Amino acid sequence: MDEVKVIEIKKSVFADNEIDANALRGELKAKGVYLLNLMSSPGSGKTTTLIRTINLLKDKIRLAVMEADIDSDVDAVKIKRETGVESVQLHTGGMCHLDAEMTRQGLDSLDLDKVDLVILENVGNLVCPAEFDTGAVRNAMILSVPEGDDKPLKYPLMFSVCDLVLVNKIDVLPYFDFSLERCREYVARRNPAAQVIPICARTGEGVEQFAEWLLSEVKNWKTE
Amino acid sequence: MHELGIVFYIIRDVKKVAEENGAEHVSAVVMDIGEVSTVVPHYLTDCWRWAADKEEMLKGCELRINTIPAVTHCDECGKDYPTVKYGKKCPHCSSDRTWLLKGNEVEIKEIIV
Repeated sequence: MDEVKVIEIKKSVFADNEIDANALRGELKAKGVYLLNLMSSPGSGKTTTLIRTINLLKDKIRLAVMEADIDSDVDAVKIKRETGVESVQLHTGGMCHLDAEMTRQGLDSLDLDKVDLVILENVGNLVCPAEFDTGAVRNAMILSVPEGDDKPLKYPLMFSVCDLVLVNKIDVLPYFDFSLERCREYVARRNPAAQVIPICARTGEGVEQFAEWLLSEVKNWKTE
Repeated sequence: MHELGIVFYIIRDVKKVAEENGAEHVSAVVMDIGEVSTVVPHYLTDCWRWAADKEEMLKGCELRINTIPAVTHCDECGKDYPTVKYGKKCPHCSSDRTWLLKGNEVEIKEIIV
């Protein structure tokens, strides 16, 4: 019989990624670049929200966008066409999330001396992206009205890692059984410190408040 | 859903440790998976079979899963209780000043070579 040997490892699967993510945050801090990780389910309006927001911000700060998808470059092309800002497409090759190493590869293709803010549009998914720290300064997510106000209860990890929740498509509130008050309460249960901003990316309502939040975040990151 | 990504991480770590220990083949990997870690054990083992067999060192290598029960601690009354049954609210005193003590693990415990 072959000799059997047991090698103890006792190590979290996410440990390496956390080390990479912290190192990346440190480098971004040294360069004065703010990275926002934006997450949501598919179809919540991430790209439309980004276009609105970028158009409000592009004369005030220098920004770039990284679009992560399993395949295609439709989002990167659309962002570039509608806003004129630099936009890179990352392909995850079938993976349902980005990790710190993939984020770093995306950042390497940007000239970081020329940007203050990079927004990473993560893969549309409420489960996996929440597990992997990308190295971003803050996490934000978009919950759209048609998805329902109970999502913070169903996807607890996503809401507990987010510093900001944008509730999008509030123009259709009268047609859905979605209560903003209930939604705020459920978000607070997961993360009492999370901010909630109701917006409508289509009409632009509330988007200014998100843009202001980003401006003050970037300013604090650079000066703190 | 993210089990395949996790499998790739496990493979990377296991290969590294096996190489450091001069092993040519790994016969089993033992994982500690918390009850509320969001990892679905049978998805993990399915993804594992598919991905591990593509690696010379891990062909036929078995993935064994220990489930770690989730336990929540209540700061209000100081008691512990099972998370899956009662959730965030303490069944002893109804407080929600509670936090997860264990059950979120996604850990490689050991490998057998």
